[in-house]
Amino acid sequence: MKIHEYQAKELLRKYGVVTPRGFHTVSVDGAVKAAEELGGKIWVVKAQIHAGGRGKGGGVKLARSLDEVRQHASDILGMQLVTHQTGPEGQKVRNLLIEEGADIQKEYYVAALTDRATQKVAIMASSEGGMDIEEVAHSTPEKILKEFVDPLVGLTDAQAENLARGIGVPEASVAKAVDALKRLYTCYMETDASLAEINPLILEGNGNIKALDAKFNFDSNALYRHPEIVDFRDFDEEDADEIEASKFDLAYISLDGNIGCLVNGAGLAMATMDTIKLFGAEPANFLDVGGGATTEKVTEAFKIMLKNPKVKGILVNIFGGIMKCDTIATGVVAAAKEVNLSVPLVVRMKGTNEDLGKKILAESGLPIISADTMAEAATKIVAAVK
Amino acid sequence: MSILINKDTKVITQGITGKTGQFHTEKCQEYANGKNCFVAGVNPKKAGEKIFDIPIYGSVKEAAAETGATVSVIYVPPAGAANAIWEACEADLDLAICITEGIPVRDMLIVRNKMKEKVAKGGKETLLLGPNCPGLITPDEIKIGIMPGHIHRKGRIGVVSRSGTLTYEAVAQLTEIGLGQSSAVGIGGDPINGLKHIDVMRMFNDDPDTDAVIMIGEIGGPDEAEAAQWCKANMKKPIVGFIAGVTAPAGKRMGHAGALISGGADTADAKLAIMEECGFTVTRNPSEMAKLLKAML
Repeated sequence: MKIHEYQAKELLRKYGVVTPRGFHTVSVDGAVKAAEELGGKIWVVKAQIHAGGRGKGGGVKLARSLDEVRQHASDILGMQLVTHQTGPEGQKVRNLLIEEGADIQKEYYVAALTDRATQKVAIMASSEGGMDIEEVAHSTPEKILKEFVDPLVGLTDAQAENLARGIGVPEASVAKAVDALKRLYTCYMETDASLAEINPLILEGNGNIKALDAKFNFDSNALYRHPEIVDFRDFDEEDADEIEASKFDLAYISLDGNIGCLVNGAGLAMATMDTIKLFGAEPANFLDVGGGATTEKVTEAFKIMLKNPKVKGILVNIFGGIMKCDTIATGVVAAAKEVNLSVPLVVRMKGTNEDLGKKILAESGLPIISADTMAEAATKIVAAVK
Repeated sequence: MSILINKDTKVITQGITGKTGQFHTEKCQEYANGKNCFVAGVNPKKAGEKIFDIPIYGSVKEAAAETGATVSVIYVPPAGAANAIWEACEADLDLAICITEGIPVRDMLIVRNKMKEKVAKGGKETLLLGPNCPGLITPDEIKIGIMPGHIHRKGRIGVVSRSGTLTYEAVAQLTEIGLGQSSAVGIGGDPINGLKHIDVMRMFNDDPDTDAVIMIGEIGGPDEAEAAQWCKANMKKPIVGFIAGVTAPAGKRMGHAGALISGGADTADAKLAIMEECGFTVTRNPSEMAKLLKAML
């Protein structure tokens, strides 16, 4: 689960990481009021969406007067902000963060994430803050430093100092950077985050270290023990169909192709999508119905797939293990009837009672095309939509 | 022979009284020598009771001591599953198989590091399979987990995969063209897990009754690449490889920082390329896994 920058900073402050002062608002008047309350002569008006690259897209503006705050806030609120992470349609800006200006002397990058290979928490740091870190990793990987933290021990002073000195924090500010890193680590662990990134972490003229931007992802398996983080969830920032699907315990991700697919199991679902591509078309979605492919779930899955106007055909690929193929076939037939299915449907079923399942499909009176293998199913659906 | 388990393995079921645990324990008992293999269950609140004639004990340690069981299978719900793994480890079992899906990553991080610390201090190593896995099966001998038993046939091909249904797909293809399996192992789809591809490939390489292996992977993480490098130097048996997720969008399952740390090697295309370079016969058509393998024997 992702959260907004203003929420991420609220979390960081709770753990003692210093951030600029700022207020969240959803209106232009609120933005001006926030600036007045902050005082000073310079403010930053920041669009809040769940995607990076906001500055380049015109979603972050510096204001040198309250009039400029008003102007920028009214320009940004409601705009379709397009960044390299939003896709060409962009994301509507509904929230703003108004912050005091910062005296930036140097920008660093720091992040915490879980490293699969070592099964430790990786704390990463780079002198190249404020940049796209993927670009840094690609062109100058030596500029990204890593320390691997044993969760039974925690981030040690020595590790944090290595990172702080390694990225060139001036000696006078090393203790402050170490403190920020250790607090970031604690925050990461205690909130069950899967990514906590501060980019940039800045050095100010007075030697202070501050988090100027922040991004968090959380482990959805652990949200049950963090109601305070669940409260941060912003449904406006998420795909409506994915939210709808999750209500029925369906894992759904929309893609750009025209063949809807409904599969049980994430691995088999990806393999099915890959097979569709291999035979010359593109999948319209990833959809894992999970273990219990009941009539209700299959019906909901059909409804969600068919909401996508690009879908010209559907491929169902189910491996009947514990769930028998005849039960699944009954579900598919009922679902196809209920949604009045008007696009071609290819069903491939394998496993327990597959012959019985195929018989149910054949005798349903519906124009369902049957297939024995994934390759055959893909060939048939690709031909049917052309 | 086979890897990890055989018809003489004695198994404890942790979470035997829950709905999932009960359902699958019954199926496992019905499979091959299952009646003799599933000897104990654990639930502190129901110690002394029985379920399907299987005695329930208050702890894994007690169950192991009373029955001589060396393996446990875990169906405990996510919030308590990591503790259940640790309990199996503290009881010095040989192997814990965790079926549970949805365990918080932090819990797995902590238990995996505790397990490693125990071994580093000279304690006995308990292997972990999973979590979020279908389990493993040695056909016609024993099945521990949630896979449909009847699609398997005894034979000499090893199968290892992260994904449950994709493992079944490979197994069903093999059985259909007359190739049985020595063992089929699901290592699970979670980022922090126990046995990895490399560990299972090592076991198949050492198993005199395995002639060839189908290795199936997915996008994300460095495990398949690591296994491929090991196989290049050590594996004496033919391998067919498949990676699911060529069409999966980047950054959707894992944040970009996750892809960053593995050095960008965790797309399906990158993994397929490494596997091919390491001598695997790779395919982009998952319907052909068994057929390709047969051609190599």
